[in-house]
Amino acid sequence: MSKQYETVIGLEVHVELATKTKIFCGCSTQFGGEPNSHTCPVCIGMPGSLPVLNKQVLEHAIAVGLATNCDITRYSKFDRKNYFYPDNPQNYQISQLYLPICRNGYVEIETEDGKKKIGIHEIHMEEDAGKLIHDEWEDTTLVDYNRSGVPLIEIVSEPDMRSADEVIAYLEKLRMIIQYLGASDCKLQEGSMRADVNLSVREQGAEAFGTRTEMKNLNSFRAIQHAIEGERERQIDLLEEGKAVVQETRRWDDTKGCSYAMRSKEDAQDYRYFPDPDLTPIVVSEEMLAEIRGRQPEFRTEKMARYKEEYDIPDYDIQILTETKHMADLFEQTVAICGQPKKVSNWLMVETLRLLKDRNMDPEDIRFSPEHLAGLIALTDQKAINSTVAKEVFEAMFDTDVDPVQYVEEHGLKTVNDTGALKQTIEQVIAQNPQSVEDYRNGKEKAIGFLVGQTMKAMKGKADPATVNQMLKELL
Amino acid sequence: MKKEILQYTALELAAKIKAGEVTAPEALEAVLAQIEEKEKEYHCYVTVDAEGARARAKEVQAQIEAGTLTGPFAGVPVAIKDNMNTQGILTTCSSKILGNFIPTFSAEAVKKLEEAGAVLIGKTNMDEFAMGSTTETSAYGVTKNPWNTAHVPGGSSGGSAAAVAADECFFALGSDTGGSIRQPASFCGVVGMKPTYGTVSRYGLIAYGSSLDQIGPLCKNVSDCAAVLEVIAGHDPKDSTSVEVENTRYTESLVDDVKGLKIGIPRDYFGEGLDPQVKDAVLQAAQVLRAKGAIVEEFDLSLVKYAIPCYYTIAAAEASSNLERFDGIKYGYRTKDYEGLHPMYKKSRSEGFGAEVKRRIMLGSFVLSSGYYDAYYLKALKVKALIKKAFDEAFAKYDVILGPVAPTTAPELGKSLADPIQMYLGDIYTISVNLAGLPGISVPCGKDEKGLPIGLQLIGDCFKEHTLIRAAYTYEQARGEFGTP
Repeated sequence: MSKQYETVIGLEVHVELATKTKIFCGCSTQFGGEPNSHTCPVCIGMPGSLPVLNKQVLEHAIAVGLATNCDITRYSKFDRKNYFYPDNPQNYQISQLYLPICRNGYVEIETEDGKKKIGIHEIHMEEDAGKLIHDEWEDTTLVDYNRSGVPLIEIVSEPDMRSADEVIAYLEKLRMIIQYLGASDCKLQEGSMRADVNLSVREQGAEAFGTRTEMKNLNSFRAIQHAIEGERERQIDLLEEGKAVVQETRRWDDTKGCSYAMRSKEDAQDYRYFPDPDLTPIVVSEEMLAEIRGRQPEFRTEKMARYKEEYDIPDYDIQILTETKHMADLFEQTVAICGQPKKVSNWLMVETLRLLKDRNMDPEDIRFSPEHLAGLIALTDQKAINSTVAKEVFEAMFDTDVDPVQYVEEHGLKTVNDTGALKQTIEQVIAQNPQSVEDYRNGKEKAIGFLVGQTMKAMKGKADPATVNQMLKELL
Repeated sequence: MKKEILQYTALELAAKIKAGEVTAPEALEAVLAQIEEKEKEYHCYVTVDAEGARARAKEVQAQIEAGTLTGPFAGVPVAIKDNMNTQGILTTCSSKILGNFIPTFSAEAVKKLEEAGAVLIGKTNMDEFAMGSTTETSAYGVTKNPWNTAHVPGGSSGGSAAAVAADECFFALGSDTGGSIRQPASFCGVVGMKPTYGTVSRYGLIAYGSSLDQIGPLCKNVSDCAAVLEVIAGHDPKDSTSVEVENTRYTESLVDDVKGLKIGIPRDYFGEGLDPQVKDAVLQAAQVLRAKGAIVEEFDLSLVKYAIPCYYTIAAAEASSNLERFDGIKYGYRTKDYEGLHPMYKKSRSEGFGAEVKRRIMLGSFVLSSGYYDAYYLKALKVKALIKKAFDEAFAKYDVILGPVAPTTAPELGKSLADPIQMYLGDIYTISVNLAGLPGISVPCGKDEKGLPIGLQLIGDCFKEHTLIRAAYTYEQARGEFGTP
């Protein structure tokens, strides 16, 4: 390649907000359900229906705007975006064009060259469309309006990103902020976060932007990375051949590793945006702003800095613990009860994460309380139970939030610390396993392991292995 | 007996039913007999639900006798314009594209009337999707003016107005976006009222011009209108543009007194184009009010000539979007032969919509399109604000504005559709009232030499229905009997 090319990337990110009901009606936003079971005249566009704004949607949008340093528009409106398509029941989508709720913000990302600000052009509220399901056999398309009317915010960035890494960093930052706010669970794979990539290339040093394309159907960070790299190359190839880049929307196919131009009908669209006359203007008062500002949580960056000062735990632990607000809250609340940040951290980082993965759950789904985790840690501190038992109790607690003290009582799991009974059992084991005893006396250190195992078995696991080991050595 | 019953106003009938002198089924049979006799000539209705109405009248009568139903319209048969949803009953907007549409819910205003005990007779004919001034754009045939069947009843609530005039119901609901209640009321010699925008819920009204539409009553007299409005007015949380009105006890304003009431007559309304007979009748009505103690004075309203282009730009723009949902996908008409999605859209809508509707959709799409939005739509919104301002200035000086409803009496059938622009110009006196969101009422005040009715229009400041009703009531009392066709 004779010339050096710079990639210029902007993102349009759609986020499904975690409200119980839709943006303009009271239907449930719950994922799944029989087709067209979470619908009503409003979200299927029946004649005579009218929209009514869900206030929580506005609050979430403002919260995200504040957390991304945006100006909050004090007088904003909803606009109708008119286009015909079956997933759009009224053939217009209620969105915001002229007066979006948030403008001129930024997020900071870490790059190899230090901190970088990625500008946010605007954030606006809009409704999601329904889902089209193509039935290959019958050559028909079926429409499910469950998703129609689910609230979205669209976050439009400035074309400030220059590489796939920066894009990933930006998306991760956005996701962290939005998850911390509880505004959405932001899962690319599930569609609660969707990213469209606008990409162009230009010669290094050029001032003007090149022609950009838009890429859709990017369902994972990996796909985003591949799509960016692929499209950069495709555009550079075109330019090197003396051809022009066509402004179009392309669909990325991650399995094939390439993109296809979508039918160009979209490009010539005039959406005839105008303010929706069925909805009144949104006036945001100082009081409302102050209230939402007051509810802003401590975000990850501040939290990580605070943990470093307050708790004596390694950076790696801090990183894992602050990945989600839920985990961080659990950590802080448990430490508040029992102290011992390192022990709490271990339980969360090792056993909890393991079980979450096993059971295919998310940190938000954790059932056990800080009080119970603290209780479990206390039991291990007192040596009332050994580490194997502790793991068993933890799993029970993880599944049902049972009180660990209660569980240990009911299942008789307390470590037997009665040295007399222990001595008796050990003597029995010694008597029953003469070969191992001889092996040990003959210098085979490992034979003691077997004897410890047998003792533990005889004690039904209710002994402290270290103590058993020591006693065995004494008696032998 | 039946003909006698038909003479009652809605409130008089309600009183008779309450007193046990007439039963709900009797009242309904009287109306149904009248419909049987007159409908083939007048064609006021798209749908008459005789079976449903009979069942309901029976049910209502039982409830009245048991004392469980005490609403102000208990047992009174009502007609509903066919652009308001009625659960389980065909609702067509007089269009082919909704020729098979049965709503799953009723409009809020309809529900309120039913709670008040009214008995739904059926759905009245209208201009298709409320676009028109003569009820001639209906896909189900024209309605004839009961006063002279060679003439139109007006529009778009022509069927409702004619039904009231012809005693095919005791009262009716209509909708008014640019004059569609007041103008047919004027042409048919009945009382019609459009309330302040936001007073009556639009939930269940199939939208035409969302920022202009309002539902209102068409009745035999002002008292009935006030009583109907009292029932249907009120905040509805399902309609974001619905307002919490402080005092909806409109019947309290049925008071014969206009002493000191300041009435303004816009000079601009009495210029060229106004039929001299209409002018005389309206000015005479002003004299009647002056004789009763009102202070009547001429003034300049201004901006009158911009009202029509402003209205048609805004209403068509909103309508072009509101009517997008009629696409043959979910409900309504779908064309028989098609290949592909977009051809299906085009064919269904081309076949399902009439000419006037298509004209306004195209006009509306144009004024919203890229490159024209600022020059047309945005400009029209600004003019709308200026028109409102002009009225605000007028209402700083006057309590009520008085003028004609239409420049002429009812035109002959078949004469209006050939020149749409000319037809649009007929809305000149009613249209600004919608643009400013104000309440307006049409009260019969005279007849032309052919015997066709002339309406007097009174316009009030926003949320001042009480003043308006008092003025209208006083005039009506002084005028005396108007007569029926």
